[in-house]
Amino acid sequence: MTTLPSLWPLAGIALVVAGFAVRANPLAVVVAAAFGAGLGAGMAVPDIIAALGKAFVQNRYVSVPWLVLPVIGLMERAGLQEAGRALIERTRSATSARILLIYLGFRQITAALGLTQIAGHAQSVRPLIAPMAEAAAVRDDPALDDAGRNRVKAMAAATDNVGLFFGEDIFLAIASILLIKGFLEGAGIVVEPLQLSVWAIPTALTAFAVHGVRLWRMGRRR
Amino acid sequence: MIGLAQLYALTGLVFGGWAIATLLDRQHAARLRGFGFWGLISLEFLAGDGFTDFENGVILLAIVALALAGAPGKGTPATSSDADRAASLAAHGNRLFLPALIVPGVALAGTFIFPRLGQLVDPRQVTLVSLGLGAIIAVATLLIWLRPPARAAVHEGRRLAEGVGWAMILPQMLASLGLVFALAGVGDIVGALAPLAIPDGNRLAAVLAFTGGMAIFTLVMGNAFAAFPVLMGGIGLPVLVQGMGGDPVVVGAVGMLAGFCGTLLSPMAANFNIVPAALLNLPDRYAVIRAQWPTAALLWLFNTALIWGAAFR
Repeated sequence: MTTLPSLWPLAGIALVVAGFAVRANPLAVVVAAAFGAGLGAGMAVPDIIAALGKAFVQNRYVSVPWLVLPVIGLMERAGLQEAGRALIERTRSATSARILLIYLGFRQITAALGLTQIAGHAQSVRPLIAPMAEAAAVRDDPALDDAGRNRVKAMAAATDNVGLFFGEDIFLAIASILLIKGFLEGAGIVVEPLQLSVWAIPTALTAFAVHGVRLWRMGRRR
Repeated sequence: MIGLAQLYALTGLVFGGWAIATLLDRQHAARLRGFGFWGLISLEFLAGDGFTDFENGVILLAIVALALAGAPGKGTPATSSDADRAASLAAHGNRLFLPALIVPGVALAGTFIFPRLGQLVDPRQVTLVSLGLGAIIAVATLLIWLRPPARAAVHEGRRLAEGVGWAMILPQMLASLGLVFALAGVGDIVGALAPLAIPDGNRLAAVLAFTGGMAIFTLVMGNAFAAFPVLMGGIGLPVLVQGMGGDPVVVGAVGMLAGFCGTLLSPMAANFNIVPAALLNLPDRYAVIRAQWPTAALLWLFNTALIWGAAFR
C-alpha cells in the first residue's frame, strides 16, 4: 500500500468548483485557487505571487491571437456583418442548419490539415458565421425571439469548438498528439504520430454525425 | 530570427494603443481603470521579461483588482453608423468578404513557406508569426482600400476588446493557474487517488474511471493537456495498458479525445467557452456550454465505448 500525499493542495480544485458554482468572477476564482493550492502545499505567500507572475509571463503567447481584433473591427466598420446578412437574405437555400453544418465540415477538415488558425471565434464566428446563421434563422422564422436568436449564435460558437477539437487530432504535428507520443516514449513505448492520429478519425466522424444531427434538429424545431 | 519577442512587442503596442485611446476617451465611465487595465497588460507584453517573478505577480494581481473594480469598462470608440455600413455595402458589395481571407491566407502560406526560409522565423512559432503577419497585412490593406482615419484601427479593435472585457485575459490566467497547480502537486495527488476507485480486474470500470477521470479533471482544469499526464500515469498506463494488456495507442489517442469532451463543458476553458459568449454579446456567460453539452456527452460515451471495444483485441 503506497502512502497518500497530503490532500491539502486539492483546496485549489475545491475553490475552482465552488467559485464557478456561485458564478464568482473567474479572474478572482483563479487567484483564489492559486493561493488555495499554494498554501495547501505549504508555499509562502510571496512565493505563490512569484509563481503566478512567472507563469503569467511564460503564458503570454496565449493572448497573442487578440492581434486579429483590429482586423475584425475594421472589417465590421466597413459592413462585413451586413454583407453576410445580405448574402443570406438572397440565398434562401442557406438555412441556419446548413450554414453551420458546412462550417462544421470546413473546420474539421482544415483542422485535420493543421490549419487551426484559419478560422476561430474572433476571426470567423463573430463577424461572419453567427450573423449569417442568425439572419437565416430570422428569415425562416420572423417571430424568432431574442432567446431563440441567442441560441443560434451560441450554437455557432459551439460548432466552431466541436469542429476544431475533433478535427485537429487527425493532424500529425498537433500539440496533443506530440504530448501523447512524448508521454508514451517516457514510459518506454515508442509510437508513430500517424498511429495516434488514425485513432482520432472514428471520433471525428462521430462528432460530425452527432453534432450534424443536432444542427438539423435545431433547424426543424422552428 | 522572428519569434515570440517580436510578437510580444506587437501585442504590447496594440494593448498600449487601447490604453491611450481609453485615457483620451472623455465619455468613458471607468476611464482611469480602463487605462490601467490595458496599460498594465501592455507593460507585461513589452517589458515582462525585465521584471522579477514577484514583480510580475504583483502586476497580475493589480490587473485582476482593476477588473474586479469594473475595468476595462465601455467607452465610446468612434465607429461607423448603420447608414455608413449600408452605404459601404452598397458601394463594395461582396468584395467586403475578400479581406476576411487575408489572415487565413497568410496563415496558410506562412505554414508552408516559413519553415523553408531557414532561420528567418522561429520554427516553433510559425503559426503565431503567420497570424501576426496576417493581421499587419490585413490592417494595412483595409486602411489603404477603404481609407478610414488611421486611428480607426485602434478604435475598432478597442470596441471589440471592450465587448469581451476582462475575459480577454482569462485564458492566459487559467494557463498560469495550471502551472501553479503543477507546482503545488495537485496532479500527483489525483493520480495517486484515481486507481483507488477501480474494483480489481473489472475492465469496464477501469475504462470508465480513465475516460471519466479525463473528462472531469479536464473540466476542472479547463485543459485536457493538464489532465492527460495525470490520468494516463495514474490509470491508463499502469491499469489499462500494463495491467490489462490494452493497446497504448488506442488508450492514449482516444483518452485524449475523452478529455476534449470535458473541455466542451468547462468554464475554465475560457477561450473556447466564455470568451465567445462575450464576443457574441450573449447575456448568459455559459450559453456556449449549454449549446454543446449534448454533443460532448454523446462523444464521451462513444470514446469510452471505443477504448472498451477496440483497445483489448
